[in-house]
Amino acid sequence: MKGQRHSLAAKASGRRFWESSIEFSLFSCALVSVLTTAAIIFVLFSEAIFGLGGSVAFFQEVSLWHFLTDTKWAPQYGEGEFGILPLLVGTMWVTGIAALIGIPFGLATAVYLSEYASPRTRRIIKPLLEILAGIPTVVYGYFALVFITPLVIEPFAKFFGIPVDTFNAVSAGLVVGIMIIPMVSSLSEDVLRAVPRGLREAGYALGSTRFDVSVKVVIPAALSGILASFLLAISRALGETMAVNIAGGVRPTLTANPFEQICTMTSNIVAMAGSDAPAGSVQYQSIYAVALSLFAITFAMNVLSQFILNKYREVYQ
Amino acid sequence: MSDVFQRRLKRRQRTSRIFELVCLLSTWFGLVVLVVLLTGLMLKATGTWDPTATGAAKATENWLTPTLLTNHMSSDPERAGMVASIWGTCWLILLTALLSVPVGLGAAVYLEEYAHENWLTRFIRLNIANLAGVPSIVFGILGLTAFVRMFGFFGDPTAIGVPLGIGMLKIPLPFGKSLLSGAFTLSLLILPIVIIASQEALRAVPQSIRHASLAIGATKWQTIWHQVLPASLPGVMTGVILALSRAIGETAPIIVVGAASYIRFNPGNIERMSELVTKADGLLLVPSSQYTVMPLQIYNWVLNSPDPEFKNVASAAIVVLLVILLLMNGIAVYIRNHFSKRLDW
Repeated sequence: MKGQRHSLAAKASGRRFWESSIEFSLFSCALVSVLTTAAIIFVLFSEAIFGLGGSVAFFQEVSLWHFLTDTKWAPQYGEGEFGILPLLVGTMWVTGIAALIGIPFGLATAVYLSEYASPRTRRIIKPLLEILAGIPTVVYGYFALVFITPLVIEPFAKFFGIPVDTFNAVSAGLVVGIMIIPMVSSLSEDVLRAVPRGLREAGYALGSTRFDVSVKVVIPAALSGILASFLLAISRALGETMAVNIAGGVRPTLTANPFEQICTMTSNIVAMAGSDAPAGSVQYQSIYAVALSLFAITFAMNVLSQFILNKYREVYQ
Repeated sequence: MSDVFQRRLKRRQRTSRIFELVCLLSTWFGLVVLVVLLTGLMLKATGTWDPTATGAAKATENWLTPTLLTNHMSSDPERAGMVASIWGTCWLILLTALLSVPVGLGAAVYLEEYAHENWLTRFIRLNIANLAGVPSIVFGILGLTAFVRMFGFFGDPTAIGVPLGIGMLKIPLPFGKSLLSGAFTLSLLILPIVIIASQEALRAVPQSIRHASLAIGATKWQTIWHQVLPASLPGVMTGVILALSRAIGETAPIIVVGAASYIRFNPGNIERMSELVTKADGLLLVPSSQYTVMPLQIYNWVLNSPDPEFKNVASAAIVVLLVILLLMNGIAVYIRNHFSKRLDW
């Protein structure tokens, strides 16, 4: 009897050990994501700013002031010129055009799906839009380069007498805009549908039309979520690489003409990684400085969108 | 008075109808673009209709041929194939799944079943949400530094051998431009998606199942292992397949971690399905092998090939890639619909 109790206790303590070691290993899994963020920050900072392990960091060679204010990005020639402005302008063109397409179309789609569509229509349309979101970005780039530029943009620009480059910011921006439509529409639709029915019915009871209810009641009530979805979509457009690389080109130009070839921050990284700059050279280190800028911008936008969501969320019972 | 009211009412109703039409047309815009994109690519790949003919003579040729699936790269567009990239993609996705699914599912189980609501948990959650928004190219940079070069920690490339039943598995250090680097990078990239999808699947399992299991004396882990995980499996699998299909299409990080652009052999020199069994030593070479993947192959054919005919080959390769992705999405939807019906709480 005594021995049996003893073995039961041993079994229980063995099991307790087993349980807590499992909990610990699951906790380590959860920590991997934190470690990933830490590693990203460490890699970008060490290669761009501190220069650990004997290598020279980018900002030890090129001053921050030159990096931010020089108007030329030409890492391959001679000493190399590292002004990020052309890359920033290229990125802004693509992101701006993408936002102009993606945000209105995405929001209108969300309003249609949440306010007008029957449940059956919604069941059909939503998966189709998900397909649009699941197409690899290389395919969008190909579509822009081979179909949109020669068949849509060139005839259009010819009509106004504007010369168009084979690679240009407009076609890149257009496809990135199409790419973010499903993102805006699905995120916005979720928040629109979370607005309680009572608000809509109160609107109708006052004699509002569907337009009044959608635009003056539902959208304002869901505004924080909608804004957050815009920010997430824009940050996605900022980080988009392959479509922009294929359709927009890789020649950094500080230009006010979106029909010219441009180079975004992302597509510059791809171009440099594919070139034969030796590891440790300032050309090579420049991709870390560009990646750090990109990371900082998208990180700020993501944090801002979370902040808007938490701070200005209207909570309904 | 009533006249004014009637007129305003008419106007408001007209605005409402126009607004509905605008919203409807916007919804159609996305769908029409999808249809145009798919049919345009299909027609160009099969050569039925090619408004953007890049090589005049052979423009209307069917590029979607069996040789595309069986041949290796070639400088002759008519004989160029993508077999190396198909095998490369399969191996890469397999390794990525092996790495990311256990960790992602483990993290989700911790967050849903174990974590107490405190600052650390909130921080981990916030961190996962932020990680999901980090551009994929930044993950490429991380992979380049942490896996391909390993911070330059190993001065000279070395290798360690791991004895397995069928021979020595050689792991190069640093990983270099091998499948391992690509798989580790992609795993980190899709980890947030796997975690979030698994969390949702776990949350969908009703609390009563857990309570019942705990009430008959099962420990927490026994409850999770025997009840919660099996019940959430369809949801987890759906999420994992969708995450992996995202990984298949990723190109930017793979370029940065250095997949080879011109390669005429499959990882581990396994050229046929049967060789998976007969050439066991080849299997062990796979993780350290050089590779290329389908979207990268397409990218190279579009941009880095002197012969414009390769743009047509690329369209056929895109059709192959899209068919594979569509199949995976179909499987995910099937699992979701098929199993969610049976599990009726």
